[in-house]
Amino acid sequence: MAAGIRLESVRKFFGANEVIKGIDLEIEPGEFVVLVGPSGCGKSTLLNLIAGLETLSSGHVFIGGQKVDTTPPRDRDIAMVFQSYALYPTKTVRQNITFGMETRRIPKAHQDAAVEEFTHLLQIDRFLQRKPGQLSGGQRQRVAMGRALVRNPAVFLFDEPLSNLDAKLRIEMRTEIKKLHQRLGKTAVYVTHDQIEAMTLATRIAVMDNGHIRQVADPATIYENPVDLFVAGFMGSPPMNMIRGRLVRDGGLFFAPLGDRDGVRFPIAAAEAARIGAPDGQEVVLGLRPETIFAAGTELPGPDRFVFERPVAVVEPTGPDTMIVFEIGGQDLIARVRPEDAHPPGTPFRFEVDMGKAKLFDAGTGLRI
Amino acid sequence: MRRRRTSGIVRPSGPGAVMLRGLLFAVLALFCLYYLVPLFVMVATSLKSLEEIRAGSFLSLPREITFDAWGKAWNAACVGVRCDGLEPYVWNSVLMTVPAVAISTILGALNGYALTKWRFPGADIIFALILFGAFIPFQVILLPMARTLGQLGLAGSVPGLILVHTVYGLAFTTLFFRNFFIGVSDGILQAAKVDGAGFFGIFFGIVLPMSLPAIVVTVIWQFTQIWNDFLFGVAFTVGDSNPVTVALNNVVNTSTGVKEYNVDMAAAIIAGLPTLLVYVVAGAYFVRGLSAGAVKG
Ligand SMILES: Nc1ncnc2c1ncn2[C@@H]1O[C@H](COP(=O)(O)OP(=O)(O)O)[C@@H](O)[C@H]1O
Ligand SMILES: [Mg+2]
Repeated sequence: MAAGIRLESVRKFFGANEVIKGIDLEIEPGEFVVLVGPSGCGKSTLLNLIAGLETLSSGHVFIGGQKVDTTPPRDRDIAMVFQSYALYPTKTVRQNITFGMETRRIPKAHQDAAVEEFTHLLQIDRFLQRKPGQLSGGQRQRVAMGRALVRNPAVFLFDEPLSNLDAKLRIEMRTEIKKLHQRLGKTAVYVTHDQIEAMTLATRIAVMDNGHIRQVADPATIYENPVDLFVAGFMGSPPMNMIRGRLVRDGGLFFAPLGDRDGVRFPIAAAEAARIGAPDGQEVVLGLRPETIFAAGTELPGPDRFVFERPVAVVEPTGPDTMIVFEIGGQDLIARVRPEDAHPPGTPFRFEVDMGKAKLFDAGTGLRI
Repeated sequence: MRRRRTSGIVRPSGPGAVMLRGLLFAVLALFCLYYLVPLFVMVATSLKSLEEIRAGSFLSLPREITFDAWGKAWNAACVGVRCDGLEPYVWNSVLMTVPAVAISTILGALNGYALTKWRFPGADIIFALILFGAFIPFQVILLPMARTLGQLGLAGSVPGLILVHTVYGLAFTTLFFRNFFIGVSDGILQAAKVDGAGFFGIFFGIVLPMSLPAIVVTVIWQFTQIWNDFLFGVAFTVGDSNPVTVALNNVVNTSTGVKEYNVDMAAAIIAGLPTLLVYVVAGAYFVRGLSAGAVKG
């Protein structure tokens, strides 16, 4: 069975340094929650608090409805996969996988069955007698996964399990982890600094920054409706374009980029404009995802489109798409166009932007308006 | 031996470089001689008869090899008034060294493990205090230790010597293991804790098997220190409980009769052989441990 997890006002100090600053989070049984955020924001610490590998400074942790604030890791019914894999170097693959069952005195027959099932599933059954040092990075990763899986815990905790793999293997393992989750249906908390991993794996994403959770939501909401500039800027690659400027009320609501002398004014989509009560001249940030800016006329016409012209500054082909960097008022923007639409640098380019997807943020607080 | 990454680096060539290399090898050869000549003299002398020693040169090879001196040193040489050779004292040394090395190594490993992987408030201060023990000149503690041993009823005995060596070895063994364990990833410890192992379960199941290189270094060091110790042996044991180092001194200093250089040399080699043996045997393990156990987790 899967167990839910609840965090209540969880805080963690290392000395005087507050690393987790009061986090509340409710994870339903069977959910795959990804904690994502920049390096050093406290993701591993939060995961360790759930695991019991760090002691709470204050607050409470519940697993499966039980308060586990003072329960040692071994009694929390969890299994964990570490970034460095943390395999036992002097033990064989088989001993690595069975160590947790040995310490729990699980009957030998049961151990053998579990080893057989999961090593077959992970395709490491050929290496059972090898030492970790004789395995490749990808194989070690699988052994670490196997060690967690055989124990059949209520909750899986992952701390950047794929970040030491090369890009191709990372994508492969990502898919396998997702398959495993769909198959086993266990609750999982997964830490990563990679926003693509977060988007692809999560049923819900919690975006962390500096000891706080900024937003918890399903991947689509995080991407389409970020609550603030931090979340907007963290998710997406290339990142969202963020243009500083002012609101202009002039027979409609417009956005005028700061430092722009060509009089480009982005019209705010009607639905959005109706919501916004901010006064004329207020400083705001306009967020435009690169894929919402494309070559004029290349997509089916829609509402809230705005066309403007700018010289191309830099062209960056990526294969399926080409990124075009251009400038508005001294601020660099990136547009994502089809490769065949790209022009060489220096030539004028007609861009079309889907203002229906544009987001407005308060320039002072960074919050969505 | 694996090929080193540095072995392909292009070196300077030309007459200057060749001359420098020649000079380097000449110096190295000189140092080799410096170390090997005394050993040669000892071995050669121990294999000669007394007449040959008196007649011939110190540096000559034995004309006729005889092991008489070795036999006498082992079981007939006079140590003080007792003429049973070094044998009983060698056993004293073994009985003292083996437990002292084992206990101080195990305790040092436990200390190092607790100080690095089960951190507690004040761990650094405790470590600093333990380390301080490595810098205490041993003659300073002779009197207080003699009194302590007396009160414990261990004065003049082999167990007393074991206690002394264990206590004063701890500073070094703790240091060795602490420095080794600091390099062991905490992730492995965390994984073991999630796997359900406790303090001793992790120590014996995971950490100790990983620390073979540290164990070997510590055992070589401790064995050499304790076996070769003279000061504690002479201060804390009497007559029959003397370790071999003290007995050797007594053999060589026995003033009655003629000076038997061959017996003295054989006795000295016997007294020194075990440390050499430990180095050769454990050293081989050490190298093997490095290549087999040096696994990045
Ligand atoms: N054991 C510790 N002692 C002191 N500071 C720590 C400890 N563990 C983590 N920190 C600090 O807490 C912050 C968050 O660390 P961490 O949770 O590892 O971040 P992340 O996993 O998001 O990269 C960092 O600034 C780190 O230096
Ligand atoms: Mg981390």
